[in-house]
Amino acid sequence: MDKVKKITKMKLFLPIFSMILVMMINVIYDIASGNAPFSFFTISINNGILYGRLIDVLNRGSEVAILAIGMTLVVSASAGTDISVGSVMSLSGGLCCMLLAGYGVTNVSEYNVPLWVGMLAGVAIACVCGLFNGFLVAYMNIQPMVATLILWSAGRAIGLLLCNSNIVYVRVPSFQFFGAYCGIIPTPIIIAAVCVVIASIILRVTALGTYIQSVGINKKASRISGFNSAKIILLCYVICGLCAGISGLVATCRIYSADTNNIGLNMELDAILAVALGGNSLGGGKFNLAGSIIGAYTIQAITTTLYALGVSSAQAPVFKAIVVILIVVIQSEPVKAYFKKLSAKKAAAKEAVQA
Amino acid sequence: MENNVVLSMKGICMTFPGVKALENVDFNLKKGEIRALMGENGAGKSTLIKCLTGVNKFEAGEIYLDGIDGPIVNKDTMDAQRKGISTVYQEVNLCPNLSVAENLFIGREPMTKIGTVNRKKMNEMAAKLMKDLDLDIDVTQNLEEYSLALQQMIAIARAVDMDCKVLILDEPTSSLDDNEVAKLFGMMRRLREQGVGIVFVTHFLEQVYEVCDGITVLRNGTLVGEYSIEELPRVKLVAAMMGKDFDDLANIKPEGSGDKSKEPLVIDAKGLSHAGTIKPFDLEIHKGEVIGLTGLLGSGRTELARAIYGADRAQTGTLKVKEQEVTIKNPIDAMNLGMGLLPDDRKAEGIIGDLSVRENIILAMQAKLGIFKKIPMAKQIEIADKFIELLQIKTASRETLIKQLSGGNQQKVILARWLATDPDFLILDEPTRGIDIGTKTEIQKLVIQLAEEGKSVMFISSEIEEMLRTCNRMAVLRDGAKVGEISGEELSQEGVMKAIAGGAK
Amino acid sequence: MKKLKLGSNNILLAITVALFVIMYLGGCIIYADKGFTHFQTFLNVLINNAGLIAVAAGMTCVMLTGGIDISVGSLIAMDCMFLAVGMETWGMKSPVLMVMVLIIGIVFGLVQGFCVAYLEIQPFIVTMAGMFFARGMTAVICKDQVSIVSDKLFTAISNAKINIPFGGYENKKGIYQTPFIRPTVVVALLVVVLVYLMLKYTKFGRSIYAVGGNQVSATLMGLNVRKTKLLTYTLSSFLTSIGGICYCLNTMCGTTTQATGLEMDAISSSVIGGTLLTGGVGNVLGSLVGVMINGTISTLVKSNGKLVSSWANIITAILLCFFILLQAVFAKIKESKKA
Repeated sequence: MDKVKKITKMKLFLPIFSMILVMMINVIYDIASGNAPFSFFTISINNGILYGRLIDVLNRGSEVAILAIGMTLVVSASAGTDISVGSVMSLSGGLCCMLLAGYGVTNVSEYNVPLWVGMLAGVAIACVCGLFNGFLVAYMNIQPMVATLILWSAGRAIGLLLCNSNIVYVRVPSFQFFGAYCGIIPTPIIIAAVCVVIASIILRVTALGTYIQSVGINKKASRISGFNSAKIILLCYVICGLCAGISGLVATCRIYSADTNNIGLNMELDAILAVALGGNSLGGGKFNLAGSIIGAYTIQAITTTLYALGVSSAQAPVFKAIVVILIVVIQSEPVKAYFKKLSAKKAAAKEAVQA
Repeated sequence: MENNVVLSMKGICMTFPGVKALENVDFNLKKGEIRALMGENGAGKSTLIKCLTGVNKFEAGEIYLDGIDGPIVNKDTMDAQRKGISTVYQEVNLCPNLSVAENLFIGREPMTKIGTVNRKKMNEMAAKLMKDLDLDIDVTQNLEEYSLALQQMIAIARAVDMDCKVLILDEPTSSLDDNEVAKLFGMMRRLREQGVGIVFVTHFLEQVYEVCDGITVLRNGTLVGEYSIEELPRVKLVAAMMGKDFDDLANIKPEGSGDKSKEPLVIDAKGLSHAGTIKPFDLEIHKGEVIGLTGLLGSGRTELARAIYGADRAQTGTLKVKEQEVTIKNPIDAMNLGMGLLPDDRKAEGIIGDLSVRENIILAMQAKLGIFKKIPMAKQIEIADKFIELLQIKTASRETLIKQLSGGNQQKVILARWLATDPDFLILDEPTRGIDIGTKTEIQKLVIQLAEEGKSVMFISSEIEEMLRTCNRMAVLRDGAKVGEISGEELSQEGVMKAIAGGAK
Repeated sequence: MKKLKLGSNNILLAITVALFVIMYLGGCIIYADKGFTHFQTFLNVLINNAGLIAVAAGMTCVMLTGGIDISVGSLIAMDCMFLAVGMETWGMKSPVLMVMVLIIGIVFGLVQGFCVAYLEIQPFIVTMAGMFFARGMTAVICKDQVSIVSDKLFTAISNAKINIPFGGYENKKGIYQTPFIRPTVVVALLVVVLVYLMLKYTKFGRSIYAVGGNQVSATLMGLNVRKTKLLTYTLSSFLTSIGGICYCLNTMCGTTTQATGLEMDAISSSVIGGTLLTGGVGNVLGSLVGVMINGTISTLVKSNGKLVSSWANIITAILLCFFILLQAVFAKIKESKKA
């Protein structure tokens, strides 16, 4: 019993547990539908590229994983979520393609401007969005979700505007490369891995983690100890914007087009869910990046599994919404207090029996 | 129940985990009496009131209320209100966005026949109530249009109109100016004539003598005594609160004393102030000096320290640190000038609860270094271990979360946080509050040791003894202003108390 | 004589009304040739936004408590799809379906309200989950667009005109055009009036303001804060369902992407109409003006003809941002006055 408690108290228990749960569902599904029991884990090389459902999850989960980095920091520092990330993804992809194709052009096979200019602009506009969100939250004291609501609505609309309400195709191999394969490995996996590694290095080498957590846990005490909490919250939102930008470019390169209406659609839910599944409290404070990343891939595994079960992408949010609510309900204070009371009662009953 | 007594609390006992908060406390209030409830921090005033209003559950003792047979137990504040015990707090607990009339009658509005709120009748009733209390207020205006004093009076009016027998005023005057205080007192006197018993919690001595009929003094969770206003002159009141019998004050020889006025100046403040909390003050602090700030709770000691440190940005005056004129906008500016502040509210402004002891210790040092110069883990461990050893912090490990430590050990961790930055000037605001005797002595010794090392310390405490033991000089504050300094021979219990009490009484 | 007080809240509302007048007059001048000056154009704004008016009324109540409800757009999509599939696929009668939609709204609101009020979860998280749930459920009911053609009663209500005896004009052929509104407008305006009276004259209405003004005080004054919140979220979803029926009567179809971003319109209508994000201040009449501003913006964008429709979204967002900042600045001024 004590051992079980110890395991459930571990930092990464929730994300790893849910990951295993999703995998088990897959195994059961495979057995039930007559496939090889472990076909979920089978990886093969077809036509010179890696192939398999696990690879699929890693590949498709790249965007959420990158978003989860930024979202984790935002949640930790400001006890609120950035719901504009999906729209910002779409905006950054839209701007990038618009620059690469030229305004009003919907289909090109040659760059209008160098690739790096488009990419940089896409990421830059996303950072500006982060800056805007951060300014409203940190300096104007507006609730994070109301502040990000503005770009949640406007971001996609601006993206549409930039693309003249069209889907802009950029059919250039070097652009497609970032959404396709690098050797045998899907490039998005590599990009996500690089982002995660850079983020962990930054957190390891600089004191950013301490700053963010300290501000998230106790703003007043952090101020007395010499932190500028507004600056730190602003920084978190900018990082979140940056992540949304990169993630948006990956999503755009994947379909080598700026489908502004659909890129990043509902992604904010996935990102928030990743953070919550990672065992982080949505009330801010301590964070665990590794948990969020595992959470992100778990979300993707859930999505892939849902698709495998015949649930369409439009229907999938139903299940994710239920998962979100379950997690936050378990995290909520009244429920926690209730369980504490229950276990205390049990312990008291046990003692009474022993006595 | 005795005649004329409206409220009688007998033998109230209450413990918080590990601390005896109230021990056998009695409290009696007559009809038409204004009784001050006095005591320093941690004396048990608010705990006693919470026991009365049903917020806290007390373990032993009985409460009797006029008109109710047998002892009463209040489940919550609503229950207390129904029985006739109402509380008005410093922060007005009304809704600023509703009209005055609604604030008076919400929850018990007059209704029309079809079950809607009869606003016309409500406004008439409210206007009449205001007129009865001689208040010139348009009841249809929103509450936020009126000053804090009037809002408080409206809150009192609501309480009175709900048939309250006992009215508790919890530091109602803290944020009022003299004019507003006078108005409030007028209202209190009128209520006294109507036979309401009023419990007046305040830390302004002047006000006690202006309006109260009696004083009940608490200290360390016990009853010092219940007095009428005549039998307790001002100096005796201070003595009772501070815990010394004025007639036989033992002179404690300060251990760390010595004249440091020849040493170079570390802090030189001229006319510093922060609106609403501390009036302009001058203060000089020399190298290696321990300066005490003394005065009752709410006298402005904390606020003075915060103004120097930049926790509340000073709005007027100039500040020189080591002869250089500086502007401090934020604590980090002060820290870069070699300052540190151990705040009085440990939980709200001191600890970062969910971080480990190690992280809490290196926090300020890290803030000074900046975000890019992370202290390497090995160094962090070294520093943390050094201070855990040096200050004998009792913790399971350096990675234990600070919120799991006892109060005294949390305080030591915060102290370690500042010592790690090697400050020239350290402000300690109530560093020994709520911690055990052993740790108290350790902290006092540490302060003296720091001074010997040439650091300057500002020491704020409610306990005169420990201040006398550690300070070279003391600044005295009263009612939000610095009123004097004591040094040399005057540094004695008697001298300090006289200075705190002020006035002639 | 009552003094005319120019509190910051009144200033906000005054700015809003002025904005509407300027915008509309501007439209009249610039797009006079496109019929902007006709009374019917104004009525069309009402007709096109009947659903939104009902939703905004509910949103205003939620925001008055200091909360927010972003599930409304998706809930409308779900309502529309339910109505459409109910009539076309399941062959049910429209009155039965409408009652069912209202009941769905109440249940939906009760669940959200319970999570917010009794489990103390942030309203944003709860209603965001609600938003995705409802949107997903729309697709679960049916993945494709369903048009309503078979139900005669529903079609009749949708096409019904209520003529207005004045303000008409003669078109180019000299035929007199009688201005008209649709039954949905009557429903929406009725909702606004009822909510206005409810907020002003009932205990529940006043509790909503008290909770938004100061939750701690409201508790100390003996109000049941949790129950008030629960009922408010329920009311919001209920009114959204009424709005959903109106919306469906306008579009006569159900699709999965219907009413996307409508929550944004409802929130911005309330904020532009003077409802404070922090709660406690605002009223539905202001929100009605807010909806009219939003409606006018999209009419202006449409009248221009060259502008892409996403401009309407962007302008609404800019306006919302402007008013949020204005509120923040006013709040800061108020705070500094206190200190």
